[in-house]
Amino acid sequence: MITIQNYRKAESLSEAYELNQKKSNRIIGGMMWMRMGNAKINTAIDLAGLGLDELEETDGEFRIGCMVTLRQLETHQGFYAYTSGCAKEALRHIVGVQFRNLATVGGSIYGRYGFSDVLTLFLALDSYAELYKGGIVPLKDYAARKYDRDILVRIIVKKKPVTMFYEAIRITETDLPVLTCAVARFAENNSFLVSIGARPGRAILVEDKENIFAEGVYEASIQKFSEYAKATVPTESNMRGSAEYRSHLVGVVVKRALMELYMKDE
Amino acid sequence: MLIEITLNGKTVKAEVAADTTLYDFVREHGCYSVKCGCETSNCGLCTVFLEDKPVLSCSVLAVRADHCRVTTLEGLQEEAGEFVTFIADQGAEQCGFCNPGFVMNALALFRENPYPKEEEIKEFLSGNLCRCSGYEGQLRGILNFLESMKQKEAEG
Repeated sequence: MITIQNYRKAESLSEAYELNQKKSNRIIGGMMWMRMGNAKINTAIDLAGLGLDELEETDGEFRIGCMVTLRQLETHQGFYAYTSGCAKEALRHIVGVQFRNLATVGGSIYGRYGFSDVLTLFLALDSYAELYKGGIVPLKDYAARKYDRDILVRIIVKKKPVTMFYEAIRITETDLPVLTCAVARFAENNSFLVSIGARPGRAILVEDKENIFAEGVYEASIQKFSEYAKATVPTESNMRGSAEYRSHLVGVVVKRALMELYMKDE
Repeated sequence: MLIEITLNGKTVKAEVAADTTLYDFVREHGCYSVKCGCETSNCGLCTVFLEDKPVLSCSVLAVRADHCRVTTLEGLQEEAGEFVTFIADQGAEQCGFCNPGFVMNALALFRENPYPKEEEIKEFLSGNLCRCSGYEGQLRGILNFLESMKQKEAEG
């Protein structure tokens, strides 16, 4: 159970940051996951009045405020088109519309939840976390960091010509996923990023450290890379699936994604 | 904290604790259609409109709704009337416990997409759990309702 002594709608990020330095205070995003835990919060800090609920699209990037809801992200036409429809595919299975009208992008990314479809999606893109004190850092680095008391202000996605594939495996519709996978193929250098989440740990990028694709992307190299991903992505067991099952799924979804993105052109 | 909420068109001022949920607030002000099913943000029973968007009132702090419009099924009698009657006539539900949340979210769907396809209905209403109908009755009821609306429109 969660109890809250005081509520403060921050008037500035500076005020929110100062308040957030006290351990008993906490920034509330959508508070969807937070309310499921046990905590005695002295002051709940709300960022709702700071204009951070806007998703801006410029020629070069998407700037997604931390208070943008998952539903806003899911229904944003520009982001939908940019992600080849994957933004919607990643989000539409999360509980229900009423839930997604409350859950925020900032809450999902700051929480770095292992089950997060949102983190998996953004990791595969050229994404950055804009922090109030810490500046702009690659999302890959932010995702691996320990929790601190800085404020995640927005997520920035640099626009590059890209095609995407997203798949989440769920035992039951709207439940937490057993495994998530996002793959982005960048036209520039014909490169790609593969992220795997719900391992069940935090989402991570799978890097081609063995240069499997050095001589090109074709069916045999995709098969080799999917086996490499299966062998190297750390997985664990929980009530939704065993580590062995998850590792098997990694191989399957990575191969499926790469085949979809690369072999379509053949 | 003193908050002011426009609840079903009427201004309501009340003193609330910082952790009072919007669910408790609307119940305390006579909106008994809003029910609590799961308290884990899953079942959709406590659905209300916050600034015309469907949300789970069990997961919103009442203080966050300060100076906002909140609408429950009590405030949508006219809009909901025809749909609710149709669903009842169809026998689309059994116990009816989940009905208010289901109706609220169905109205939200119709506002956004007046003639949704079957898959769109399933997707939009996936956040409304029903323990007895198996969803088939509800889905059939909605599809028949939409068909009757289309016929009415065609007849002018």
